[in-house]
Amino acid sequence: MTPEAVGPLVAEPATGTATPVPRGARRVQWTVWAQRYGALATLVVLFVYNAIATPFFLTPQSLLFVLLRQAAPIAIVAVGMAIVIGTAGIDLSVGSVMAIAGQVGATLVLHDQPFLLAIVAALLVSAVCGLFNGTLVARFGVQPIIATLILFIAGRGIAQLITGGKLQTLADPDFQWIGLARPFGVPAQVIVAVVVAVVAWLIMRFTVFGRYVLAVGGNETASRLAGVPAARVKLLAYVTSGVLAGLVGLIAVSANSASDANNVGVGMELDAIAAVAVAGTPLTGGKVTVWGAVVGAVMLKLLQNTLIAHGITKEVAQMVEGAVIIAALWLQRHEA
Amino acid sequence: MTTTVTTPGRTTPGRRVRAGLLLQRQGALIALVILVVFGALRYGEKFATGFNLSSFTGDTAKYGLVALGMTFVIMTGGIDLSVGSVVALGGVVAIKVSDHGLLPGLLAGIAAGAAVGVLNGLLITKLKLPPFIVTLATLLAIRGLALTLAGTRAAVAAPGGFQKLGNWSLLGLPVAAWAMFLAFLVGAAALHYTPWGRQILAIGGNVDAAKLMGLPVVRTTFSVYVLSGALAGCAGVFLGSQNGSVDTAAGQGWELTAIAAVVVGGTLLTGGVGSVLSTLVGVLLLQLIFNLIVFENGKGVINISSFWESVIRGAFLLVVVLLQVRLVKRRSATGRPA
Repeated sequence: MTPEAVGPLVAEPATGTATPVPRGARRVQWTVWAQRYGALATLVVLFVYNAIATPFFLTPQSLLFVLLRQAAPIAIVAVGMAIVIGTAGIDLSVGSVMAIAGQVGATLVLHDQPFLLAIVAALLVSAVCGLFNGTLVARFGVQPIIATLILFIAGRGIAQLITGGKLQTLADPDFQWIGLARPFGVPAQVIVAVVVAVVAWLIMRFTVFGRYVLAVGGNETASRLAGVPAARVKLLAYVTSGVLAGLVGLIAVSANSASDANNVGVGMELDAIAAVAVAGTPLTGGKVTVWGAVVGAVMLKLLQNTLIAHGITKEVAQMVEGAVIIAALWLQRHEA
Repeated sequence: MTTTVTTPGRTTPGRRVRAGLLLQRQGALIALVILVVFGALRYGEKFATGFNLSSFTGDTAKYGLVALGMTFVIMTGGIDLSVGSVVALGGVVAIKVSDHGLLPGLLAGIAAGAAVGVLNGLLITKLKLPPFIVTLATLLAIRGLALTLAGTRAAVAAPGGFQKLGNWSLLGLPVAAWAMFLAFLVGAAALHYTPWGRQILAIGGNVDAAKLMGLPVVRTTFSVYVLSGALAGCAGVFLGSQNGSVDTAAGQGWELTAIAAVVVGGTLLTGGVGSVLSTLVGVLLLQLIFNLIVFENGKGVINISSFWESVIRGAFLLVVVLLQVRLVKRRSATGRPA
């Protein structure tokens, strides 16, 4: 969880980091700490607790193939979501984009197209979806919630229309590499998630685009006056989110060996937003913590798994998750 | 509709802006009228009367009630994502309590919804947390609660009493439809003629100004979330009584269809501007699209997959949003705050 918004350069003046007048230095330190590392601390506590109390938790099987394998798709989408949220936007369409990408990829493979073509086509279609969202937000100035709500509603219908809503079963090891392979004994989707997170972190930390995202999210007018191509930055943020959602759509259909337009990605937007929010990223923009999004995704998944492993129903676990999100918000409130 | 309302405290919009707002609002109404006339001409009596009319309005009523609550929340500049889960909770609670009679069931469903609204309202106004995430968290938590109460199965109502609520009709329209129309009329009147209604628009227009004017910002904001929860709970009661059961996926995604209806109706998500009756038009319009597809398929000439429904709804939302953008641009071009 690198506090990237604290970096110098363009972001500093634009993010408006005027912290409130401290009531006491220690109190501010504590809340800043809680905000930055709250999710990570919770993750560590949960991890230690499980290591002691849950049998077989500290096995590669349990860690890699249950926890991280389940958390990887959410983490990848959450990274894209974090960037969009950094521009003071939101992307509700990720679940539908997952369904579209999964359908496009699976359909092409089942029509005897080479698997690479299927993957590239699926990612291109997701990029077009992101372009659609981004155009509405950046060029037409539509509010992000509404702009991405359009594709949220229409996208699932589009995915269902590709095959008439029928389930397609897959059996193509090349195409399904991303969901089934385990190079070096690690599930491929975990490797993909790590690569995505590292690349995204490098981009946000060291490239102009990364700085521009923070500037646009912090204060769009100011950033535009400072010469930041705000529209293009936002466009690119939504395209990134779309492509990452498409990638996860491919992971989902590969891992299931089936493409189900009705169910792939349902509720993903909420999981991803929750992962970003618990990690202390304000939805008002101007701040992106890529590692925070990943930690948030893993933490929420581990929380759920811990509760379920100890005999608490999935539904009660969901209630606890809601409470944890609110608690995380309440901790962040002090700095905001 | 004729309920064009602008924020008090802002200067009255110029004539062009007013015409633009009116055109846009009327646009949804005009589209609705055209579609109804088209349906009546093409599908005849079967479409316009009797069974279809009563089942259409009865079905739409649930979405309408949720969208009505959402309208008020959005007019204050907030959002309530929890309504879909509240629908499920309201339905489950009503079915559980309906063993003791119809009225306790109805009241318990509404009360359960209102209780969630109280929780949302407290978190948003007292702890000052952002509405989007608060209601996202309660969306998760309340669905968990509803499923736990139902024992992770569909909650099924005992035959008789409770299910009558879904079947009763008055002058050819089901009770649920009357409840929706009544709620919208009361809502529109409250928005126009009560201090509470004016405060909602004032808060959405400029919350700081509303505070400085001494308006009860906290109380009013709190009240819209309670109202939204209660209406969603009521929608859940009707859902349970119409189907005789509430399944585990009940209400899923309703928050977004409600927001779509509010936007199609012309209420801006930034708050401060809005019309209650236009939301009714928006709900009817979006539901009518589905109804027309069913009838078109019934003619057997062409077969439109029901998957087109969501695509057409999305396209409709797109058109409305682009029209709104032009409107807002025109407003800012005339020097008005967008």
